[in-house]
Amino acid sequence: MSKLPIIRVQHVVKSFGKITAVNDVTFGVWGGEIFAFLGPNGAGKTTTIKMLTTLLRPTSGSLELDGLDPATDQTEVRKRFGVVFQDPSLDSDLTAWENMDIHGVLYHVPRQVRRERSETLLRMFELWERRDDLVKTFSGGMKRRLEIARGLLHTPKVLFLDEPTLGLDPQSRNQMWTHVRNLNQAERVTVFLTTHYMDEADRVADRIAVIDHGRIVAMGSSGELKQQTGTDSLEAAFLALTGTTIRDESATATDQMRQVSRVWRR
Amino acid sequence: MSVVYILWLREVKKYLRSRVQIVASLGSPLMYLGVLGFGLGPVFQRAGEGKYLQFMAPGVIGMTVLFTAMFSGIAMLWDRQFGFLKETLVAPVPRLLIMIGRTLGGATVAVLQGTLIFVVTLIAGFRPVSLLAVPLAFLVIGLIAVIFSALATAIGSSLKEMQGFQMVMNFLVMPTFFLSGAIYPLEGLPRVLGALTRVDPLTYGVDGVRGLLTGRTHFGVALDVAVLLGVGVLFVVFGAWRFSKIEA
Repeated sequence: MSKLPIIRVQHVVKSFGKITAVNDVTFGVWGGEIFAFLGPNGAGKTTTIKMLTTLLRPTSGSLELDGLDPATDQTEVRKRFGVVFQDPSLDSDLTAWENMDIHGVLYHVPRQVRRERSETLLRMFELWERRDDLVKTFSGGMKRRLEIARGLLHTPKVLFLDEPTLGLDPQSRNQMWTHVRNLNQAERVTVFLTTHYMDEADRVADRIAVIDHGRIVAMGSSGELKQQTGTDSLEAAFLALTGTTIRDESATATDQMRQVSRVWRR
Repeated sequence: MSVVYILWLREVKKYLRSRVQIVASLGSPLMYLGVLGFGLGPVFQRAGEGKYLQFMAPGVIGMTVLFTAMFSGIAMLWDRQFGFLKETLVAPVPRLLIMIGRTLGGATVAVLQGTLIFVVTLIAGFRPVSLLAVPLAFLVIGLIAVIFSALATAIGSSLKEMQGFQMVMNFLVMPTFFLSGAIYPLEGLPRVLGALTRVDPLTYGVDGVRGLLTGRTHFGVALDVAVLLGVGVLFVVFGAWRFSKIEA
């Protein structure tokens, strides 16, 4: 882990009309660490990731990834990160190999490197034997692993994982985190993940930022958070920090589509 | 260039793999061709206009291209949230190239589907007056495909939810088809209907294809092609602009 921040976020605010999704957030992520955003639904985790990955512009404040501004240096910033979104972004009518290959072309990875690295990554994520099968025949866990493998193809400096274990069974989740840990070691890639599962943040992250109502309420290692709140588990620390009220958000158009997608199981 | 090519290839590959979808999408053109084509044939003949199948076959080809191209745009709405589109939106590639790759891919698929229907019309008894004009007719079909793929991209980039799909079908796709003169001649129409047919780009597409394949044209093939080229440029620019504005 280097002591240089690869991500620097300063006083960032993002509002959608009257709703402020991210409210004056400041934090840094060190190069090579695994950093987790932990927070309840609607806390502003995904919005922050979208701003860092050039998909949204902040209302105010500044963001930096590897010294570049995602709002103005879009193309350069995009070369430097890989991302696995909350919702699937694979082409399920293509094979695993084809998905990798298209990604390589989009990121200008030379053909030879593309082939070698695709093979290495598919083997690493235990998908090599299934490389010529259509993605729609894959299980949820396999799809997620393929997305992570794809996100690493262009050797990014930062890998964003937005709720990567959502909807996976405990076995797949366990396996997924083992993979993430290993690749963080092997590739020296910085991992920025969001989750609302305490045990996951506890297990894999070097540092955790607890975010709620668009604000960071605490930041530190799992041990530090427990110490701060005088609790013995991260779950207790989390509830102490964010309260026990259940968050009732109103459903958006996207939520409705997500519901339909679950019914159709694409 | 390789970016445009791979995105184009993706659309074509997906099409060729979806056998069920290919067959299913032949349903409504076949119905129009079979039921309307043979059902209205005798009336058309008695009115002294000749064989109806000969008249409407180019219209059904145009309709197929319109429907296929528009569906690919609607699919985009889904693709943006749950599919591959998001992957392309964060790639270090200009959005314009992505839009062009997708649009050309969608247009190619529409032309392939149109070709399939063309073959079906031949089996049903449609006879082009000259085989030499067939490749030219396919250039016009290609223009129709690009126009509506670009429009579909613009719509797919702008819509926020799936409910919008029904709106687009009822207020855009169906009127575009019914106002195009695909199933009736443009001569002697009531003034309002006549005016509406003239603002419909598909009218010029169908007229151009009909002119080249059967020799019967309302505006003249040259004017048809000129209008299609103009609208094509306009829609591609509009589609590219809307596509560049997508925020995920």
